Amino acid sequence: MLNTLALIFIVIGLFFMIVGAIGLIRFPDFYTRVHATGKCDTLGEGMMLFGIILYEGMNLISVKILLLVIFIFVTSPTAVHAILNVAYTHGVEPWKKGDERR
Amino acid sequence: MRRNVIIKTVSRFLVPFIQVYALYVIVHGALGAGGGFQGGVVFAASFILMIIAFGLTCVRERFGYRWIVMLSALGITIYATIGLLCLIPGGNYLEYGSIEAALGIPHLHGYLIDAVEIGIGMTVMAIMTSIIYDMGDTGGESP
Repeated sequence: MLNTLALIFIVIGLFFMIVGAIGLIRFPDFYTRVHATGKCDTLGEGMMLFGIILYEGMNLISVKILLLVIFIFVTSPTAVHAILNVAYTHGVEPWKKGDERR
Repeated sequence: MRRNVIIKTVSRFLVPFIQVYALYVIVHGALGAGGGFQGGVVFAASFILMIIAFGLTCVRERFGYRWIVMLSALGITIYATIGLLCLIPGGNYLEYGSIEAALGIPHLHGYLIDAVEIGIGMTVMAIMTSIIYDMGDTGGESP
């Protein structure tokens, strides 16, 4: 039962990671690419690690993985925010409809 | 970038955790993966995060040249002293078992390994931080 739940979480996380990868390839410019990968990686990694916690059961390793999930949820959006902020202040133009892919 | 409240808040939240993890890596070096060098580099990474979030001058005021010189010299002195103390009872350099056998205290070599790792960690942390200072130094101007 717990293994099935773990498998469901890992598959959902895998779905998010694949969507993020497709977004990284298909989106037209810098901002939309970072938008896709930042969000999808955070949730995908969190869900996959949570699935691993359910599969592993209660022990020291799962506590460490739980801390890892918490820190990924804090740091990954902040890193994306920092990258985007630097790009915006240094004058990277956002993509508009009708422009060419960059 | 310099006055960004999100990056500053998250850095303020994360720096203590990084430093505690660095101490964990240093102390864990006696019985498993880890050690003085890795822990020192992780400790220096917390200073790099502070430089990214708060700027070079702010970090330099708190952890300046005086601290770097003191910590690097003190760490290497601890390492060399314990290494040379092992020569007195007749062992090799850094052969902790000779001191343990001479004094008769059980598990002394574990504490000596920890002390040596702490010395290496202090030196590596100070030197890494000074390298980052020199790389990021633009002559007083904040980029």
